[in-house]
Amino acid sequence: MTSVTAIRMAEPVEVADIIVKAVDISKRYGDGTQALSDVTIEFRRGELTTLLGPSGCGKTTLLKIIAGLLPASGGEVRVDNRTVYGPGPERAFVFQDFALMPWASVLRNVAFGLELRGTPKAEREDIARRYIKSVGLAGAEHKFPSELSGGMRQRAGLARALTVNADVLLMDEPFSAIDEQMRRKLQEDLLELLREEQKSVIFVTHSIEEAVYLSDQVVLLTRNPGRVVKSIRPGFDRGAGPEAVRRDQRYLDAVDDIWSQLKQYLS
Amino acid sequence: MSAETLSHDPSASSEPGMGLKDRVGDLPPIVWKLLSFALFFGLWELAGRIPISLAFPPFGDVVVALFGLISSGELIAAYGRTLPPLLIGLSITSVFGVGFGVAMGLSRTSEWALFPPMIILQTAPMAAIIPLITYAYGIGLTAKVIAVVILSLPMVTLNSYNGIRYTSDSLLEMTRSFMGTRRQQVVKIMLPHASGMIFAGLRLGISGGFIGIVLAELLITPTGIGDIISYYRSVARYAEMFAAIFSIIALATLVLTGLQVVERRIFKALGQGSLR
Repeated sequence: MTSVTAIRMAEPVEVADIIVKAVDISKRYGDGTQALSDVTIEFRRGELTTLLGPSGCGKTTLLKIIAGLLPASGGEVRVDNRTVYGPGPERAFVFQDFALMPWASVLRNVAFGLELRGTPKAEREDIARRYIKSVGLAGAEHKFPSELSGGMRQRAGLARALTVNADVLLMDEPFSAIDEQMRRKLQEDLLELLREEQKSVIFVTHSIEEAVYLSDQVVLLTRNPGRVVKSIRPGFDRGAGPEAVRRDQRYLDAVDDIWSQLKQYLS
Repeated sequence: MSAETLSHDPSASSEPGMGLKDRVGDLPPIVWKLLSFALFFGLWELAGRIPISLAFPPFGDVVVALFGLISSGELIAAYGRTLPPLLIGLSITSVFGVGFGVAMGLSRTSEWALFPPMIILQTAPMAAIIPLITYAYGIGLTAKVIAVVILSLPMVTLNSYNGIRYTSDSLLEMTRSFMGTRRQQVVKIMLPHASGMIFAGLRLGISGGFIGIVLAELLITPTGIGDIISYYRSVARYAEMFAAIFSIIALATLVLTGLQVVERRIFKALGQGSLR
């Protein structure tokens, strides 16, 4: 943990560039389990940062603390340099199990974040239709979640998070319940979408490849208790397209590097 | 950007290799219901003609007796006395059963206060309680209403409670993450989530209410439909007795079917589609 802070100090980032900062976050559950211990991470504006680690490293717990869905036992979360104490309009969450209402159409599900905020029906449905289109679900507006594949459901979950126009997207293993081929497609589509949308993303995953492929910054966490081991910036050029990226030496090196780091914590 | 519609066309799987089950399932459901009724009443007619017991008339005689009871005005007069306590009881159950169940699902205090009495009501043998009710409330309308409520309330309450209580945590978390209020959580997530269970409870409650009113009319003082049943049994006119029993079963079935229609209408109106 201290080493990460040291790295940060060595290459200081202007405060304006930090959109979310987790400061000394710790989380202890009622039964005494220490899920997180003094986790400090800076998330830069406009970047995609993944929290990567083995199961039980507290990455989802950390994400939910940042989202304001779980209280931290210690430390604080700052968004745009202001401490936050609960969910806020500048953060939107994408759920691992999609969290779509089975009784509502795709349109109502996608517009639901705005519905909760009291946006008039016509207006919120207009916005929802726009994002349904941009995530590639056009034509499915009046379908129900049970009629959609896992990939399509998560597209709806992503569209819902986009409609509320939050600066920060918090994505909790969004593609882990989706089969491999579709997951790759969704990863590519997510990157394409982010090029247009200018969001800052905090993305939880347990897949090293997914983390390296998507991220500007990969934060490695380990367990017992959950803490930051290392922060890596893969830094390869994504302009060459997905196939080129997956063959890029820096991509492969980053995957290897992370694997060798994580390996020593798996026993 | 979308590429995954192909594999998920629901109509694609049912077309080519349709098994027997699929084809049988294609007949309109009403045909199956009628066939099932025909089989049941046919067996009844046969059993009555053998006869398996002197006290068991053939179905045909029961139908004739039923028309006799209707045209003499006896059956209508009987329902005039049976229906008021039933309706009052079921109205109380609908309002308080759903209300209690939702309250129990939402607050620990009401869960703590209401769960034990509901379980006791649900498990208590009705026939054993009725003398107690008669002792306390006499033989009038109140006692019968109470009998209906005792047999219908617990099912409605416990079903509504379970519907609310087992709302998906992730949907609740989703509502919170989009800064929904507690009220929105209840109205937009918990109640729709529980509505299937609430209606299932209401269906069970209505059947319970019918059982309650007949038991009350047989055990407290013979009135209404219970009076017809016990009177014709005592004078050994079994066709009339069965006609009265048949009429109350038919009425209960009609009411339950009616509720199902209402349920479907409501879900459709709310644009909720299926609750799968």
